[in-house]
Amino acid sequence: MELFTNQVLAGVATGAIYACMALAVVMIYQAIDHLNFAQGEMAMFSTFISWQLMQWGVPYWAAFVLTLGISFAGGIAIERLLFKPLAKAPILTNVAGFIALFAIINSVAGLIWDFTIKQYPTPFGSSPFLGSQLISTHQAGMIGVTVLLLIALYIFFQFTRIGLAMRAAASLPESARLVGINTSWMIALGWGMAAAIGSIAGMLIAPVVFLEPNMMGGVLIYGFAAAVLGGLTSPFGAVIGGFLVGIVENLAGTYIPGVGNELKLPIALALIITVLVVKPAGLFGRPIVRRV
Amino acid sequence: MSAVQETVTEAPAIDAVPKRAMTLGTGTSLVMLALLILVPLFVKNFIIFQLTMLLIYGLAVLALNILTGGSGQFSLGQSAFYAVGAYTSAILMEHAGVNYALTLPVAGVVCFGFGFLFGQPALRLSGVYLALATFALATAMPQLLKLGVFETWTGGVQGLVVTKPDAPFGLPMSQDMWLYYFTLVITVAIYIFSVNLLRSRSGRAFMAIRDNEIAASAMGIDVALYKTLAFGVSAGITGVAGGLGAIAVQFVAPDGYTITLAISLFLGMVVGGVGWLPGSIVGSAFIIFVPNIAEGISKGLSGAVFGVLLFLVIFLVPHGARQVATVAQQLLGKLKKS
Repeated sequence: MELFTNQVLAGVATGAIYACMALAVVMIYQAIDHLNFAQGEMAMFSTFISWQLMQWGVPYWAAFVLTLGISFAGGIAIERLLFKPLAKAPILTNVAGFIALFAIINSVAGLIWDFTIKQYPTPFGSSPFLGSQLISTHQAGMIGVTVLLLIALYIFFQFTRIGLAMRAAASLPESARLVGINTSWMIALGWGMAAAIGSIAGMLIAPVVFLEPNMMGGVLIYGFAAAVLGGLTSPFGAVIGGFLVGIVENLAGTYIPGVGNELKLPIALALIITVLVVKPAGLFGRPIVRRV
Repeated sequence: MSAVQETVTEAPAIDAVPKRAMTLGTGTSLVMLALLILVPLFVKNFIIFQLTMLLIYGLAVLALNILTGGSGQFSLGQSAFYAVGAYTSAILMEHAGVNYALTLPVAGVVCFGFGFLFGQPALRLSGVYLALATFALATAMPQLLKLGVFETWTGGVQGLVVTKPDAPFGLPMSQDMWLYYFTLVITVAIYIFSVNLLRSRSGRAFMAIRDNEIAASAMGIDVALYKTLAFGVSAGITGVAGGLGAIAVQFVAPDGYTITLAISLFLGMVVGGVGWLPGSIVGSAFIIFVPNIAEGISKGLSGAVFGVLLFLVIFLVPHGARQVATVAQQLLGKLKKS
């Protein structure tokens, strides 16, 4: 029983990271109807920026906040420069664009900071949390930060004018334009926020997977799996999906014989395909309705 | 849904080409073919090897082109089919001692089955969702190949070494050159098969589905059957390419078939022009030679240079080599008139 609780809690902790990634993916999907395959690399680059700031002597939380700002600006810049001109291009061209972005970010990060694995500090320490053996303080911190982020996002989208405008632009762009919302900038804002959320995921997971240019590959797949599970059209679903995927990953790794670490990615694959076949809209997504 | 329509309106695949353009096209392909036959006689073995890989990747890109340009479905998971083809050939050659030429049809059939089966769940998906499912397949493939259960057959992480065939009948050729011509014959045969396939009843059914699924089913086309069939054919051709690749490289290992390969093939299709079969070879040249050029420009930044070149292609010629060819044709037409 103790092993079970332990694994579930560890699953919730990694699930928090997947929830952040899924949220970032869903935000961009809502804004432009495309999956950002470079989301993980953007998060990785942000994490490196925060690491660099700390190397220069900036304290952790200051670096954290600075990185959020830089990532936000970076996300907007990428949208304005590269993807706004592609808004009307076919989906294939957009996917190629995301792949190009992936290659560029990965290679630039490798050139600046090279491919060796780096330690990344955690502000929470790694002692047992509240004296229990079940969960470490860093894991508790991961969950805590994610929950705070979610509350902040909820307040932003439900109770501020600009959050409302963003929701309007995402669900009915034409009507939103008619009532005077600048939908183009709402998309850019969505990119900026997705980049910032991704950077939080990167900075929280870095102490666990260590810092290197390829660190987000697996995390991104799980983020996708979480987004699909919760429904690509539902930010709330993405978060729930993230926690579920984290728990399933840990339990399958512990209890299904022969799964272990190597088969964790195929589990994400199986999850994605099962959800898409059984319930393509995900748990909380809007079903896809086609007009005949 | 919108995805399918977009690819369609932006790039109508095989359209009715006017007569004169047709002869121009035929002329160009004959010149291409002559070049492909003659060039290897004058170059070094390493370059022959690269040309072989050019043809093999060309085949794989062609297969994706049939799937996307033909039936409007979309795959980021071609590396999985390529890997299955490569492993089928390698296992048959090394464990069962089957002749290399005979392993290729087997690889094709096995991959056809695999693709057909994978096409079943894919039926319910379109656009991004399909991209995502195939992306996951490609990512998981290397791990599946490493599984302990299959280790006696696949060689696990280490992979398998494949012996390179000698030229038969005592022909005075190096192994590389023989393999090149062998690949060339297969490539040309599959190319002709694909062109005819797209012009046949099945090909027209693919395109009808691509253009409007509902209208296609109203006309009596079995949408589910033809969509899975397109997946099967595409996977089968990719499998043959994979088998040839295993023989040419003389080695199969799980890490040779990562998502990077699938992405390369996808990029090859975009660069060559979606739905334009001759573009496949141009796309294949792009994915083989451009990384080398990028490395030449800057060693550490090769990925970045590659990405920037890709963005240039997307922004300047969004329809890839097909667009260049159309422009060239129009220019030639103008020259003839004046």
